[in-house]
Amino acid sequence: MATLQLKQIKKSFGETDVIKGVDLDVNDKEFVVFVGPSGCGKSTLMRMIAGLESATSGDILIDGQRMNEVGPADRGLAMVFQSYALYPHMTVEDNMGFSMRLAGVSKEKRREKVLEAAKILQLEPLLDRKPKALSGGQRQRVAIGRAIVRNPSIFLFDEPLSNLDAALRVQMRIELARLHEELDATMIYVTHDQIEAMTMADKIVVLQGGEIEQVGSPMELYHHPRNRFVAGFIGSPKMNFLPVEVVEADIRGVSVKLPGGGVTKVPADGEGLRPGTALELGIRPEHLVLDDDQGPLTGEIQVLERLGGQTSLYVQMGETMMTIMADGDVAHRVHDKVRFGFPPGRAHLFNADGLTLPSLEQHPLAGLRRQDNRVSSEISDQ
Amino acid sequence: MTTARTKPLSSAEPGQLAQGSSWLGALRNRRLWLGVLGWTVACLIFFPIFWMVLTGFKTEAAAVADPSLIFSPTLDSYAEVQNRANYLHFALNSVVVAFGSTLLALLIAIPSAYSMAFLPTKRTKGTLLWMLSTKMLPPVGVLVPIYLLFRDTGLLDTRTGLIIVYTLMNLPIVVWMLYTFFKDMPKDILEAGRMDGASTLQEVLYLLLPLTLPGIASTGLLAVILSWNEAFWSLNLTSSQAAPLTAYIASFSSPEGLFWAKLSAASTMAIAPILVFGWLTQKQMVRGLTFGAVK
Repeated sequence: MATLQLKQIKKSFGETDVIKGVDLDVNDKEFVVFVGPSGCGKSTLMRMIAGLESATSGDILIDGQRMNEVGPADRGLAMVFQSYALYPHMTVEDNMGFSMRLAGVSKEKRREKVLEAAKILQLEPLLDRKPKALSGGQRQRVAIGRAIVRNPSIFLFDEPLSNLDAALRVQMRIELARLHEELDATMIYVTHDQIEAMTMADKIVVLQGGEIEQVGSPMELYHHPRNRFVAGFIGSPKMNFLPVEVVEADIRGVSVKLPGGGVTKVPADGEGLRPGTALELGIRPEHLVLDDDQGPLTGEIQVLERLGGQTSLYVQMGETMMTIMADGDVAHRVHDKVRFGFPPGRAHLFNADGLTLPSLEQHPLAGLRRQDNRVSSEISDQ
Repeated sequence: MTTARTKPLSSAEPGQLAQGSSWLGALRNRRLWLGVLGWTVACLIFFPIFWMVLTGFKTEAAAVADPSLIFSPTLDSYAEVQNRANYLHFALNSVVVAFGSTLLALLIAIPSAYSMAFLPTKRTKGTLLWMLSTKMLPPVGVLVPIYLLFRDTGLLDTRTGLIIVYTLMNLPIVVWMLYTFFKDMPKDILEAGRMDGASTLQEVLYLLLPLTLPGIASTGLLAVILSWNEAFWSLNLTSSQAAPLTAYIASFSSPEGLFWAKLSAASTMAIAPILVFGWLTQKQMVRGLTFGAVK
């Protein structure tokens, strides 16, 4: 059992508030990802959980025990650093066994545990090497091994993949997901890369300016972002935003006038909205559809990126640049005028405060977690 | 095979090649001049030492006669110097005081540099500057108070007294150097150690010291050399018991007049150990002083 609770956690450096009151529950065996732009406080939050930074106020509870005053080593956590932070003067084996050496564990016992972890990570042939004789991916695995050996109740990862090249990053991502399953441990992972967040998390915590913007499963965040920031941050390429005007609104939907003059009815709760109110409409590039006959939006292609299976179109529409993910074999060229549209159910509406108008339709996958993926794959295997 | 490869290249682009070789020539010329300059400076610095060693092997009469490289060498001065004072007594004092003060300075400086490098406060920079500023004060300015303090505490002419003074004298430099070495050490490694359960002492012993050893060693070497060569305090605070080699040299410039040959012989014997020491540790010194810069 390993749960983590944060209650009204605040952190200030002098006059500046870096974390402005964070409440969060992390359940046992959950893979939680803190994501946000740089400077959002995600690393500080993790360092406070680790005990490397003290909280200005609030409570940090691990398995229900208040840990604010407990030292980093006694919280039952292990951390993997962005720089790996291996001890350069020690061999891989000594690196992994250092915590046990400090704890006074016998040499045989130490070796046994190190070997066990090395086996999981395929590090056995490297045990006698020093870190500088290892590749980036191997160093990363040693850093993870050092964490595993401590047998922690919660693993902390601070942007562990950002120093690796793209191919290795994908490979390590898969390895980490596998490790999570194998170790059955609670993991907290900090990244600025929303793809890492989407692919690995059971639960994503989106942070901005020291505050939590939204907590939810990847699909929940993708389909039901709580506000404009989350909508823009989650998903790649980024969501398109258009200024629209309310024509008619009630609890059954909101009809809005699009920039080209067309009117579309979005299934969102528009109670209390007056006609003429300015809103913002968000639509993801992958939900825009080229429709040369009936598309309510028009624009001119500025850039066209062919990726093979897909084509990204960057379309100038008045003052806004729209991104469209289209088919790989779309025949358009640069400077072509195109018409396009979208299924109204895919659109999001944001009010002047940037908050999303509640959607009337719950997306069927919004409640899906990564564990559910696994269960369903097991079923399909049988 | 090489000719086959280079031939078409040189015939295809003769202009470019000629240009390249003239540029290379200029570079070689520049290197040559820099080499000449370097050797000139080195010779200028070394000349007094060379002359001193030479004079030590002359007779007193030859030493004050016209400077000449040709003379019949004699060990008379060395013999006489050895008769007049016990070299080993002074040398032992020098060793004890130089190494003792260096050890003490490191013991004090390592924790202070640690706290300044890893737990800085708003006043850290100011403290560092203030420490260095004490080096700008002429030592003679505090001679009287320190002399009186030493007299009243019975530290005059003791090795302990000299060790204390040298430690204080070198401490600012030692702290500064260690601070810069520690600053270069990635903080993550110490934090990883803390996560692994290391206490502050274990952090320093198992991680910080082994990883900054080149820096610590070169700092220590510098402190040893500075203490060994120090003359102002040793001349003023010691007379016989704790007098180091610098006092030994000075004892040969007496009111009866200067005896150049004997003075040179004594000086040669006084600087010989530290020269050998510096020679042996040269590699370490350079490595330490450029530590971090090349990392």
